[in-house]
Amino acid sequence: MDKFSIKALNLYYGDFRALKDVELHIQPSEITAFIGPSGCGKSTLLKTLNRMNDLIENCKISGEILLDGEDIYGTMDVNLLRKRVGMVFQKPNPFPMSIYDNVAYGPRTHGIRGKQALDEIVERSLKDAAIWDEVKDRLKKNALGLSGGQQQRLCIARALAVQPDVLLMDEPTSALDPISTSKIEELVLELKNQYTIIIVTHNMQQAARISDKTAFFLLGEVVEVGNTESLFSMPKDKRTEDYITGRFG
Amino acid sequence: MRTHFEEQLERLNHELIDMGALCEDAISACTKELLDPDGTELGAARIYERDIDQKEREIETLCLRLLLQQQPVARDLRLISAAMKMISDMERIGDQASDIEEITQYIHNNTDLKSRLHINEMAKATIEMVTDAVDSFVKKDIALARSVMDYDDIVDDLFRNIKEELIRMISDGDNRGELFLDLLMIAKYFERIGDHAVNIAEWVEYSITGSHPKLGGI
Repeated sequence: MDKFSIKALNLYYGDFRALKDVELHIQPSEITAFIGPSGCGKSTLLKTLNRMNDLIENCKISGEILLDGEDIYGTMDVNLLRKRVGMVFQKPNPFPMSIYDNVAYGPRTHGIRGKQALDEIVERSLKDAAIWDEVKDRLKKNALGLSGGQQQRLCIARALAVQPDVLLMDEPTSALDPISTSKIEELVLELKNQYTIIIVTHNMQQAARISDKTAFFLLGEVVEVGNTESLFSMPKDKRTEDYITGRFG
Repeated sequence: MRTHFEEQLERLNHELIDMGALCEDAISACTKELLDPDGTELGAARIYERDIDQKEREIETLCLRLLLQQQPVARDLRLISAAMKMISDMERIGDQASDIEEITQYIHNNTDLKSRLHINEMAKATIEMVTDAVDSFVKKDIALARSVMDYDDIVDDLFRNIKEELIRMISDGDNRGELFLDLLMIAKYFERIGDHAVNIAEWVEYSITGSHPKLGGI
């Protein structure tokens, strides 16, 4: 069964049609990469998957997005949706508080108060995000003192702390150096066993390295979606070929 | 867009065509010496072989540089990986043409025998296969590439014919054993050149379609 089924999805910002008849089926425990030039709708679609477009004025959505068969724009509680579908952004955005409190923030808002339970969640999440060894002796220190790469892994730990099913990542390494980037990529590959991951990236080598499926977007449409190896070795659509080989435009 | 990359790919294309042309020249030279020896082409295949080896190294270096610097994907990746496979077969064709030339020197005085056997047809068939394999690459012509693969059966049949003809002559009491072995070796080299032409054609198909006739897609 699809983790996400996106059917006939259209999204308008006022009169501008940012997504056009998008059909996509995201499989569980796989990494799906969204690629495409700036303004093609890939980040818009990502945000739509946990309803982060809800607050944007004049944003209208038609079509269907099903999470495990359930319509996320139906009766589903938005807070529960966001618990199940976590988000990691382009720029690391830790809260200005301790490392511990950053990770414990989500579980606390969902009602977990016991120290032991929170300790366990914090340790497990930091371990899953491959940053535990680097921060275990300074959990009470301010998270803003961490390096960019560490901050991003902390943000991943924060997303994991509420035990989501899906992790959305919007260019999670574009602000990081190559070493931090490779740590995040390794981590993403580790995480796919437990989570469904959707990653927006401008780095096509990154998409080729880590994703199982790739979807190519252009002007709000999904031009092509398929197995990453096939898409990068024998794209079916000339527009995909032109984009991935750097001959676009 | 990616002008420098395009120029490098264009250069790779030209280098492959040049290497293919050298292979054709090498086979033509050794065939001329074999079928119509007048000494004008003596030693030419050996020189072509050295040129082919040199060309192989140049193309290899170019391909490795392209992989390193450009991280090619899609048709670019297929072209470069196919090129790296094709040049190995071309290099073997050069070696085998040179080997044929070497043996040819020992059988100069037996033109009657050569014309009685199917050596002539075999030489012509393999030159055609190599020419068509290179042409299919130049023109991105998948039908031509497939015709090279099909033609291999004809060359294989010709090799079997020659073998049977030689066996018959031996059983009829002809005792020129060394000569027969040399001719069989020449026929075998031609048959192998045909196989290499087939390999080249298969990689041409891969570079066009993304699917190798024997190995399938990636």
